[in-house]
Amino acid sequence: MLILENIMLAFHGLKANKMRALLTMLGIIIGIASVIAIMSVGHSISTSVTSSMEDMGVNNITLGLKQKSSQEEVTSDGRRFAGISMGEQMSEEDYLTEEMLDTFRESFGDRIAGILLNEVAGSGTARKSNLTANVMVTGVNDAYLQNENLALLGGRTFTKRDQADKRRVVLVSDRLVSSLLDGKTDQAIGKEIEVYINNRYYTYTIVGVYEYDDSVFSMESEEDVATTVYLPLEAAREQNHSTTGYSQLTLVTAGVEDTSAFCEELESWFNSRYYGNNKSYEVSAVSLEAMVSSMTEMLSTISIAISVIAGISLLVGGIGVMNIMLVSITERTREIGTRKALGATNGSIRLQFIMESIVICLLGGFIGIVSGLALSVAATNFLGYAASPSTTGIVFSVIFSILIGVFFGYYPANKAAKMNPIEALRYE
Amino acid sequence: MEKIIELKGIIKRFYINQPNELEILHGIDLTVEKGEFVSIVGASGSGKTTLMNIIGVLDRPTEGVYYLDGINVAGARDRELSGIRNQKIGFVFQTYNLISRTSALRNVELPMMYAGVGKKERLERAKHYLEMVEMEDRMSHKPDELSGGQKQRVAIARAMSNNPSIILADEPTGALDSHTGRRIMDIFHRLNQEEGKTIVLITHSKELAEETGRIVTLRDGEIIGERMGKGC
Repeated sequence: MLILENIMLAFHGLKANKMRALLTMLGIIIGIASVIAIMSVGHSISTSVTSSMEDMGVNNITLGLKQKSSQEEVTSDGRRFAGISMGEQMSEEDYLTEEMLDTFRESFGDRIAGILLNEVAGSGTARKSNLTANVMVTGVNDAYLQNENLALLGGRTFTKRDQADKRRVVLVSDRLVSSLLDGKTDQAIGKEIEVYINNRYYTYTIVGVYEYDDSVFSMESEEDVATTVYLPLEAAREQNHSTTGYSQLTLVTAGVEDTSAFCEELESWFNSRYYGNNKSYEVSAVSLEAMVSSMTEMLSTISIAISVIAGISLLVGGIGVMNIMLVSITERTREIGTRKALGATNGSIRLQFIMESIVICLLGGFIGIVSGLALSVAATNFLGYAASPSTTGIVFSVIFSILIGVFFGYYPANKAAKMNPIEALRYE
Repeated sequence: MEKIIELKGIIKRFYINQPNELEILHGIDLTVEKGEFVSIVGASGSGKTTLMNIIGVLDRPTEGVYYLDGINVAGARDRELSGIRNQKIGFVFQTYNLISRTSALRNVELPMMYAGVGKKERLERAKHYLEMVEMEDRMSHKPDELSGGQKQRVAIARAMSNNPSIILADEPTGALDSHTGRRIMDIFHRLNQEEGKTIVLITHSKELAEETGRIVTLRDGEIIGERMGKGC
């Protein structure tokens, strides 16, 4: 007997008993919907996190100072970089110096495209007449500025003289221009703005305007988002009264294939040369690529773990299907007997009931996929990510629904197939 | 004449090798020729149903040989028995046994579906046999929407659909009033005379048996008499 006819037969059966069919499918629907929702949300988060991290450059390596492990009492990721959080005050000799970097450039020049240095001057409020805007002032070197990939709308970037003379000239965003200077880019060049940082007013001259990139994920609301004001590195260092060294910097690699091996090479180069005698600190190198991959790995592990839990509801749903199939077979004993008398083989009876169970599970699966996707779109919108449904999840769900149908349908179907036609015909 | 059914020394025992072993049929010899209209009569407990199950290939005899249209049924396997039931036998039951969820037409198509007949031919043949029992205007009705007599007519169309060698009717009028039962019997006579179908009718009604060609009387698992009926 043809498969198609069995499918039609199964649909007839479901139509005759809509409420029961829906209740039977409910377990499957809930199970599949939660698996799809979880996997899609996980997929959406990891896709947008990965892409925004890739924008920052996967080839970048962050070089930082960390406390030597023998002195560390608490180990956590937050304490890995000296620049981020540190219990012990760093002293002059701990920092990475210009001298070190020069030697480093000589040794690794062919594999390093640039050393990105920056110095955060602080966050504050920019002011022009009676208008204000939130800003974050950061001092950058040329390599850093280049890596930011800014689209310049007017004016110029920093010159060598700006850097060398520690001039207080700045690049500002078009957002800042529109909130402080009526959005006229060409008129903004050369204007002075006052920025209030750490209880002091600083005056900067605008030399360039860049286009604000609002695709970068931000936790702040749209109106009062703080845009970056770029300052020449040395000017910022002077303003901060910084010492001569750096606690953290970013390297842009060139032609390095195995970044994690390169990180190890960098660590041993710095530590054997400069930090062997340092009691408290050593250099640590982490590639963004490694961070991205460990992050996606973590996310997918979490979503798989939650999916497995959701999978338990699929198991329960499957048992529900089996239960209803057993009931249905008992109810239809006479039908089975009749079919056998009319020439149905055991195999065709078995096929009929397995198909019925598969149809129930697949139908439940489809409803589950649709509601799961709807749920995930709602959830990702709420969290502020772009929805990106997980194809693997959908394919997995369809296959899994069929498998549940076969697995939980086989026993009842086999029971039906093995019925004695005489007894089945006489069943009241 | 060609022999369609040939039973020789059929013995049927239940609960074999158990303390409550029971012999229902004690060696039945029965031959039915092609085109005959035979009735098997007997009180309940006479072994009628067991004999019908064996003739209908729903059950195997414990001992004895059974040739159905030249095929040795006793030696056939389950799968082959399904094929024999499908191709050689048309069942008509007292309780109709139509599948309630589908239309009359689909019910008539069912044996052809198991025979692997194509969709188009199936539909044509189903319509043809429904016309024959005068049910063509109700073929899209479900069994629940039909009267007992109508159901039985659909069941006869279903029994005919694979053009079987014999029609095996087990108390086909047992659940019907006498008027409706009359119509059903008329259809059987027509099938026998016009289509040349071999019909085996199992009944406890002497009246109905009288109109068939030959009456076989069963008592306590043995054939105690055979005589010609009026329909001869």
